[in-house]
Amino acid sequence: MREITYLEAIREAMTQEMERDERVFMIGEDIGEYGGAFQVSYGMLEQFGPERILDVPITELALTGAAVGAALIGMRPIAEIMFMDFTTLASEQLVNQAAKLRFMFGGKATVPMVLRTPSGSGTGAAEHHSQSLENWFTHIPGLKVVQPSTPYDAKGLLVSSIRDNNAVVFVEHKLLYKTKGPVPEELYTIPLGQADIKREGKDLTIIATAVMVQRSLQAAEELAKEGIDVEVVDPRTLRPLDKDTLINSVKKTGKVLIVHEAVKTSGIGGEFAAVIAESEAFGYLEAPIMRLAGEEIPIPYNRMLEYHAVPQVENIIEKARDLAQLKV
Amino acid sequence: MKITKQQAEDYLLQMYQIRAFEEQAEKSYMAGKIHGTMHLSIGMEASAVGSISTLEPTDFIIGHHRGHGLTIAKGADLNLMMAEFYGKANGYCRGRGGSMHIADVEGGNLGANGVVAGGIPMAVGVGIGLKMQKEGRVLLAFFGDGAASAGAFHESMILAVLFQVPVVFICENNQYAMSFRTSDWADSAKIAEFGKLYGMPGTSTNGNNLLEVREAVQKAVEHARAGNGPSLVVNDTYRWRGHSKSDRNRYRTQEEIDEWKEKDPIVRFTEVVLKEKLLTEEEIEKIREQGYADIEAARAFAEASPEPEVATLLEGVYAP
Ligand SMILES: Cc1ncc(C[n+]2csc(CCOP(=O)(O)OP(=O)(O)O)c2C)c(N)n1
Ligand SMILES: [Mg+2]
Repeated sequence: MREITYLEAIREAMTQEMERDERVFMIGEDIGEYGGAFQVSYGMLEQFGPERILDVPITELALTGAAVGAALIGMRPIAEIMFMDFTTLASEQLVNQAAKLRFMFGGKATVPMVLRTPSGSGTGAAEHHSQSLENWFTHIPGLKVVQPSTPYDAKGLLVSSIRDNNAVVFVEHKLLYKTKGPVPEELYTIPLGQADIKREGKDLTIIATAVMVQRSLQAAEELAKEGIDVEVVDPRTLRPLDKDTLINSVKKTGKVLIVHEAVKTSGIGGEFAAVIAESEAFGYLEAPIMRLAGEEIPIPYNRMLEYHAVPQVENIIEKARDLAQLKV
Repeated sequence: MKITKQQAEDYLLQMYQIRAFEEQAEKSYMAGKIHGTMHLSIGMEASAVGSISTLEPTDFIIGHHRGHGLTIAKGADLNLMMAEFYGKANGYCRGRGGSMHIADVEGGNLGANGVVAGGIPMAVGVGIGLKMQKEGRVLLAFFGDGAASAGAFHESMILAVLFQVPVVFICENNQYAMSFRTSDWADSAKIAEFGKLYGMPGTSTNGNNLLEVREAVQKAVEHARAGNGPSLVVNDTYRWRGHSKSDRNRYRTQEEIDEWKEKDPIVRFTEVVLKEKLLTEEEIEKIREQGYADIEAARAFAEASPEPEVATLLEGVYAP
């Protein structure tokens, strides 16, 4: 199969959906001539024109609300927030409005919109351009939260997100944009709420999200050389969460390490751990549930400090090795 | 507006230091010595120096992401500033903040900001505090034309008027917010109108004319110090370089950039001081050399400075 990058996969999903369904349009800052801060929408202005690629000045709250409003009367907007840090500005319309309109109006409204935004550190962009806030939105009934880790998943999940009749927060990762992988040229969907086992193993489960999936797969290769057979599970959608796949994997391996980039306290890993602890997998656990996540600090500027602020491959190897060897 | 020989020397030196700092920043970046991004203010030197030249050392500024020039104009230690740009342990922010977050709180610089319009609401609060403290101090709050489209700007204008804060809001209109052409929704005169609409004086200046900027801001500073409340000044200017390191300049033409280079604020100022016989060609050249030498020394200082220790990673989140 042809290989393209994660960002090309996202662009292709949007382009093909816009070709197929004229209700779909984009709104965001610098998404036109500039092509988006990360070039995700590059070329789309030429193809679709300014009527469907709405380039706006710095107006996170208004552009998000504009997407909510358009969705409310049957359009299917894709709003881009340039950095996930600025979803703090967009969140009123997203959290109070988009998430609640359907329920509040007795099921008589739908808000079929997507809010795409890149999260994550590793580019030296420091405190205001590096956060991972996905778990904020998982706390909101009415929102769906998607976080792809491969080009294949990015395309299939974005197409599903656009076609979904709810507000979907689609969390991309800056360090994944240039990563390549096989992606079918035709349109396909990956259902929201379906986890994927990225690597099968029998000794230990790693549940990881976004760029940590790739780091965990690298760690698993190293650990395989030591005879430790790691299973890597990517939930892909954080809300709704595919609990069964997580639970079944832990029942099989008896040990679980949860890895994410967002700060550990109140991160999504706590939810994964609770789901496992509350389930029948509890009886299969051979060791405590472990978490490896972002340090309890904002993301610093300095390269070395930034590197150590979030889990790296060597940290995952070490933690997973300890857990594999742990006898309780 | 008349200035003394000493003032001419000081302002020219600061403008050259800014130009040299930005050129050095770009060089260091290209040489792979900098991890991160940067926003250069080449072409906007008169806006920074002209505005801040009106302050007393005890006054404050609060800035935006394109803040190197503002920081230098507020009298920052160039070594500590360059060290921060390099992410070093002895930089202004201990290597935590970098280019987009340089602050010198003790020196009255309340910091650059990575969030567009992020400093404007805080400026209102600084103004409220300054008013309560009754020491006659004022704040210059800088932001870009892009920030003037954000809700935070408009809400802040209303509070600033309501509380009559001693703040001068300074919009550095460099014509673009990344690729967004600001003239698609407003020009400098219209942004200045916002001030009047909200109930404060609003003026726009030729932001490449240091003396014109200085005169407008001086008036606004006196107005604030006298207890008459906030003002809005819009400095019309241009950034010569791309928005940040990753800009392909697809949204503007080379002719437009060249036209603005013809209006170089430093050249313009040297022409005035020559005409007024404040400085000679030789003196100007000496000052230029001094500016570049200061930055070269800062570069050497920064490169010789230590990296932060990883053991300190978790420090500094909470005050004791
Ligand atoms: C709230 C917010 N939205 C978007 C961005 C991304 N961004 C950084 S600078 C910039 C343009 C800012 O334009 P302006 O205020 O005119 O300042 P300039 O860069 O032109 O100096 C944008 C969109 C941001 N940092 N913060
Ligand atoms: Mg601008």
